[in-house]
Amino acid sequence: MSDLTRRTAAELAEALASGDTSSVELTEAHLDRITYVDGEVHAFLHVDTDGVLAQARAADDRRAAGTPASGLDGVPIAVKDVLATQGLPTTCGSRILEGWVPPYDATVVQRLRRAGLPILGKTNMDEFAMGSSTEHSAYGPTHNPWDLDRIPGGSGGGSAAAVAAFEAPWAIGTDTGGSIRQPGAVTGTVGMKPTYGGVSRYGLIALANSLDQAGPVTRTVLDAALLHEVIGGHDPLDSTSIDQPLPDVVAAARHGADGDMTGVRVGVVKELTGEGYQVGVQARFDEAVQLLMEAGAEVVEVSCPSFVHALAAYYLILPAEASSNLARFDAMRYGLRVLPDGIDAPSAEEVMRATRDAGFGDEVKRRIILGTYALSSGYYDAYYGQAQKVRTLISRDFQAAFEQVDVLVSPTAPTTAFRLGEKLDDPVAMYLNDLATIPANLAGVPGISVPSGLAEEDGLPTGVQVLAPAMADDRVYRVGAALETLLTDRWGGPLLARAPELTGATA
Amino acid sequence: MPEITREEVAHLADLARIDLSDAELDHLAPQLAVILESIASIREAAADDVPPTSHALPLTNVFREDVARPGLTAEQALSGAPEVELQRFSVPRILGEA
Repeated sequence: MSDLTRRTAAELAEALASGDTSSVELTEAHLDRITYVDGEVHAFLHVDTDGVLAQARAADDRRAAGTPASGLDGVPIAVKDVLATQGLPTTCGSRILEGWVPPYDATVVQRLRRAGLPILGKTNMDEFAMGSSTEHSAYGPTHNPWDLDRIPGGSGGGSAAAVAAFEAPWAIGTDTGGSIRQPGAVTGTVGMKPTYGGVSRYGLIALANSLDQAGPVTRTVLDAALLHEVIGGHDPLDSTSIDQPLPDVVAAARHGADGDMTGVRVGVVKELTGEGYQVGVQARFDEAVQLLMEAGAEVVEVSCPSFVHALAAYYLILPAEASSNLARFDAMRYGLRVLPDGIDAPSAEEVMRATRDAGFGDEVKRRIILGTYALSSGYYDAYYGQAQKVRTLISRDFQAAFEQVDVLVSPTAPTTAFRLGEKLDDPVAMYLNDLATIPANLAGVPGISVPSGLAEEDGLPTGVQVLAPAMADDRVYRVGAALETLLTDRWGGPLLARAPELTGATA
Repeated sequence: MPEITREEVAHLADLARIDLSDAELDHLAPQLAVILESIASIREAAADDVPPTSHALPLTNVFREDVARPGLTAEQALSGAPEVELQRFSVPRILGEA
């Protein structure tokens, strides 16, 4: 049974098409794996055993009738708990939504169902996607399958860990400042943030509307492209959805897998290397760049001077948008309602205050207050207004860079996975994890993280990030797939094959 | 260094409708000061003539045909409510004491 969980989603789709396995068989294999390892990994907040098996049986029936819903019909998937799933709990990792069961599906979820992908369950995350370690989940942290004492990244640590621990062939994540890519880097998996507007945000519970983007969490670049094709494309229910066809990302991933980079111009972002990057992370990155050069790429250093202000701009824009978005949690229409102590017949406002104090965790409170501050009169121009200007400068840096090169590369995260608890109560140290991933969100451009190896000093995974202009998602797939081919050839197999075996002990 | 006092944090929490206990204020106020210090450089980062960007990609207003579409039923819309009465959201009193 365990060999089924080791296969890529593309291989599982082929095995289903040829009749070598059934959706029920491979869904059961993943459920068994979840039962075996999730006590120690804690990637899932909710496992929908009955529902996923019913969906798998329906997929098998469609295949038997010769009418599969798609080429991927029957390959199960895990979904980050920030996407609304009709009939399945959706908590965003927060107490304030504990037990909430949405009456509708997010467009991404509806498209997964339409393609016939059975949904295994919902994955753990930092509360409302605020964090880089999954430690801000109200339901306890997820553990990195490479070292259970370490963080799996965040906010989508649950999706990345589920995929890295072979609990799901693939998963959906969301990336507001790196929440797909950074967990990918620290768990040795692939994470792709599409162009802003390339994947519908309808039913994605908003952290920061102008930055949020859902995307694939997988073990291979081809799987990411296949999943991207399922969830991407225009959606009239999201007014920021791009009304243009997706580029052919699957063809680009297949093309890139030949490892030939002849004629491809690659820029190394000067501001996203060197100081502040762990020695082993930098070494694996330099090697990856060297491999691209040997494969024919033309590599130059590119300067993006405004990127040094990206982190500051992000930590103003994000809290500002979040403080406004999270105002919807008012204890009236859904979620928790807490009555304040010692007040007879409390008012709606008093109930709202008490509920938000009880229902939100520390990081959410920090960011709501920071956002309220940044938007208050007297500070608006100095902070929020300046942050929006920096956003313009960052977009201009990208524009200038993409006049010289086809793609930009950098390490995905400055360090490997740190220990659980190490940065939990040090917000500024935690924020630095997003240093390299944030510029892409501010400018709306696509970015993928691909495993680049293990850092020598701690034996933990590192990632390399590939960025391309908006709407040119195909380019990151081509270069990402080439890197994957070049690196796995060198390693003699996928990086995850070197992860320690999980023992199945309960945490 | 930008200052943010405990009193200011209490006021902001009030604006954001979050009851913070004294212990929470003691904990959060210094952290917010450190966060603000770490982002203070933003104030000098862009010249006056740089236009602000609110959205990464240019946005235009999106319209649709003004036709009825299926939506949630009343039962579905109320299904997550903390309290329901007469097929409506039931809320605490909304006015303060006179």
